[in-house]
Amino acid sequence: MSVLLSTGACADESYARLSIHTHVLASSCSACHGTNGNSVGGTPVLAGLQAEHFIRQMNAFKSGERASTVMHRHASGLTETEIRELAEHFSRQPRVNSSLPPPAKVEP
Amino acid sequence: MSHLELSRRDFIKLMGATSLLASLNGCSHSLIRSSGKSPRVVVIGGGYAGATVAKYLRIWSNTGIETVVIEPKPYFISCPLSNLVLGGSKTLENLSFSYDAVKRNHGIQWIKDSVTAVDSESKKIITERGELHYDKLVLAPGVDFIYDELPMLQDESAQQSIPHAWKAGPQTVNLQHQLNDMPTGGVFVMSIPKAPYRCPPGPYERVCQVAFYLKQHNPTAKIIVLDANPDIVSKKGLFLKVWSEMYAGMIDYRPNSSVVDLDVSEKKVATEFEEVSADVLNIIPPQKAGRVAEDLGIANIDQRWCEVDFRTYESKILPDVHVVGDSVSAGWPKSAHMATSKARVCASAIVAEFGGVDPDPMPVFANTCYSFVSDSMAMHVAHVYRYDPRKQIMLPAEGGGVSDEPSAQEGAYAFDWARNIWSDVLT
Repeated sequence: MSVLLSTGACADESYARLSIHTHVLASSCSACHGTNGNSVGGTPVLAGLQAEHFIRQMNAFKSGERASTVMHRHASGLTETEIRELAEHFSRQPRVNSSLPPPAKVEP
Repeated sequence: MSHLELSRRDFIKLMGATSLLASLNGCSHSLIRSSGKSPRVVVIGGGYAGATVAKYLRIWSNTGIETVVIEPKPYFISCPLSNLVLGGSKTLENLSFSYDAVKRNHGIQWIKDSVTAVDSESKKIITERGELHYDKLVLAPGVDFIYDELPMLQDESAQQSIPHAWKAGPQTVNLQHQLNDMPTGGVFVMSIPKAPYRCPPGPYERVCQVAFYLKQHNPTAKIIVLDANPDIVSKKGLFLKVWSEMYAGMIDYRPNSSVVDLDVSEKKVATEFEEVSADVLNIIPPQKAGRVAEDLGIANIDQRWCEVDFRTYESKILPDVHVVGDSVSAGWPKSAHMATSKARVCASAIVAEFGGVDPDPMPVFANTCYSFVSDSMAMHVAHVYRYDPRKQIMLPAEGGGVSDEPSAQEGAYAFDWARNIWSDVLT
């Protein structure tokens, strides 16, 4: 396994281990922000967002410095480590065009 | 050691671990190609939970896990927003989506079929058209209804007259037509079952949507709400405010009112205290885990819901059978966002297990649930949920709660939520 893993950026096993938690947590943001943070619109695209910016915004939601309807609830529930790892996670996600699913061919 | 010399077990382990780690690192190249030796996960049910499990199994295993979904319906209809069909601002077509994109984009094998039996000993699923072997099974069957108290409501013709409309589909349209055809000054009666049921604020949102429609088209009509619960189950203060301010004089809310008897042809219901006659009657029956879970004997909590390990969503009764979505027994809301969050924890744990990696010991995820009080205004309840290793349950973290008041801004966010979750689940 070590041979297969030692391929450049994929070799960082410690990052990967930490990320199982972060990966699943990050994916729960997709209900509002799209798969891997690629929003279809209305909400900010998180994919490729600079990590420092993400952390600043989350802390501003948490403290109330940045007004929000719902984001303060989510920011307040996360640890500092989780916010930092989410920031790193989303900063690594490529920006891709996401789309709505095709409409169903509804039977008459 | 070449790949060919690996035993099946080693192969799965290696494939799983490397592809899991690779995809977690954002590397998309396949280290080992999937083959006929790939482990197979079969997902029963293609709703929010089932489609999400399937998609994320494929992404996080780097397509290393063969994933099959068995779903009898030809396309997806969203329960969230379906109360807006009653309010008149959405059609069922607006909420109906093809499965084609998620199938194609992720190489999910999709079987339009109904499961008739599962043999968990030999890991075999029997469907109407054939049978299928699985290495792991994920049940996402949604809810079924309990008709023990009202057996007369079980048959289809009774439900034509008195629809539940609690699974978005033909009954939603039926109830909409009945509402539209209600006589001037008529009475709309709705019965809410004891919690837990699918979508805790849903019945109260429905009251708002029915009132929104009636206020415009039949303003002298009345709504009687017979709630089996002692109080409004979710977003109480917000709903009471909306009912007294936006829909003043239209809504008569009666707590502790279980329906104990029913005259289908007269549309007359009896509670322990009174008889109530309706022009349009909407009875939302009590609910339990989907039938397939019950048949497997894993609906072990109150003989209704399935007990699972919240780190993996594996049944506490049967190994290699996981349960996600509304069938899970948990002290949290049965919402679409929760269904997808649980589904992803489950998918990650299955990928980890095939890869010989431990699952996340302390999953954390978010839930945001919006309710529409008109065609454009909404309000939220939102929490982060965190696994408590001592209590072995997910507990709401600090900072969660509900909106101060419904607003058009939150209405816009609620539509954004819907578009993004549809995109996430179905593309």
